[in-house]
Amino acid sequence: MSGYPHRHLLGIESLEPSEIVAVLDTAEGLREILDRPLKKVPALRGKTVVNLFYEPSTRTRASFEVAEKVLSADSLSIAAAASSVQKGETLLDTAKNLEAMNPDMIVLRHSAAGAAHFLARHCRASIVNAGDGAHEHPTQALLDALTLRQRKGRLKGLRVAIVGDLLHSRVARSNVWLLSKMGAEVVLCAPPTLVPPGIDALAPVTHRIDEAVEGADAVMMLRIQRERMTGAFYPSDGLTEARVKRAKKDVLILHPGPMNRGVEIASEVADGPYSVILDQVTNGVAVRMAVLLLLLGGGGGGES
Amino acid sequence: MGVPPGFRVRRELMDAERLSRALARIAHQIVERRRDAEGLVLVGVRTRGVPLARRLARLVAEAGAPPPPVGALDITLYRDDLTTVAPQPVLRGTEIPGSIDGRTVVLVDDVLYTGRTVRAALDEIIDFGRPARIKLAVLVDRGHRELPICPDYVGQMITTTRDESVQVLLQEDDGADRVLLLEKAPEGRPRRPAKKKRGRRA
Repeated sequence: MSGYPHRHLLGIESLEPSEIVAVLDTAEGLREILDRPLKKVPALRGKTVVNLFYEPSTRTRASFEVAEKVLSADSLSIAAAASSVQKGETLLDTAKNLEAMNPDMIVLRHSAAGAAHFLARHCRASIVNAGDGAHEHPTQALLDALTLRQRKGRLKGLRVAIVGDLLHSRVARSNVWLLSKMGAEVVLCAPPTLVPPGIDALAPVTHRIDEAVEGADAVMMLRIQRERMTGAFYPSDGLTEARVKRAKKDVLILHPGPMNRGVEIASEVADGPYSVILDQVTNGVAVRMAVLLLLLGGGGGGES
Repeated sequence: MGVPPGFRVRRELMDAERLSRALARIAHQIVERRRDAEGLVLVGVRTRGVPLARRLARLVAEAGAPPPPVGALDITLYRDDLTTVAPQPVLRGTEIPGSIDGRTVVLVDDVLYTGRTVRAALDEIIDFGRPARIKLAVLVDRGHRELPICPDYVGQMITTTRDESVQVLLQEDDGADRVLLLEKAPEGRPRRPAKKKRGRRA
């Protein structure tokens, strides 16, 4: 069967290329709704979605909320304070309490890797991983892919540099998996202190931005994660205009936000003509609508 | 497009010539009703309704009325069975050309059956504005309505059973213009009438 035959979206690592394409195609079809005079369709009327966020988030949470509202799902957002949360036990308690309210879907952001998988094992609801620690952030990788595909017409054969704090980045991990599954050529770049062990098995790693950016079709900048930074330093010259010139003429610059202007990305680059950072935000809503629809529409998805 | 699995052709309902005559007749009827022809917007219901709407637009213009804009409606997200029995949705997108406020919208579809598609189309089109009136044009009306919906322009009315299916093939998508009446192909033993089971779509 084509389409997306799963009940959850926990990560990119376990997806087939055809399933990734199904999400992107559905998102493409849904994007147009955001330009309508009345930005609402009745597709998910009567479905309940809980957004459970244990970590701060502006974009991702707003994006899921907009997507839920546009598709007419009933949604509520719970922001848990990260400091009071004990991993595992408390999450299970929360999950059990939410079960009692019978939601059709739980969108979870949590600081622990594997938190979404944990909920999926204990809940009847569909689980969407909105970021689990430094592990995965599947909807971000999907919206990045949608942005690239829209602008370049393809993913296969694109040379994509992923630059910045690889050690703490779930965005990098999801993107490496997605881009390599789709046949893009990925180059990773970070200072030696911010390279997680073993990542060079997934894609070549360089420590020099100039080298990574050379001939790139797209550069994905990663945020310096100050909140997870315990023992590493980051050189304060990220992606500058001079460096962008080494890439292809029609290079695209992506950043998952929030940006540290003047740290990992220069303002001239972030606001420059090749920046597609705001496209990413719009596509984020479309991708999340697609995920909601594929998991909750179509007779409630398939097995697994 | 071939015959869908589980079905076989019973007979041809329209050949290319009858199909184009039916469309020409509908176009003339639209032009004759002045009120419909002025401020006309033709909106095809995906998938087969869209090429039909384009052809009607051409025929309306040839009959002397101003050439109407053509839109396309993907009613998937408005289906009443989206989250129950429908297969995973494949979206092709809705395109409405400009404002429909105060205009006459003629919805165009290939086959009118239960009326559920038209109900969804009405709900969707109304989310785009407030047309002066909405009319319905169909190439084939095969009966068995489940909702109080009645077409304004009909190419051909035919009597069918619920076991049967009507397939519209168009030059644009299928390489030839034909309308076929299909019946359930017998499973195993031939000649035995198929079990009574309600078809899902036209």
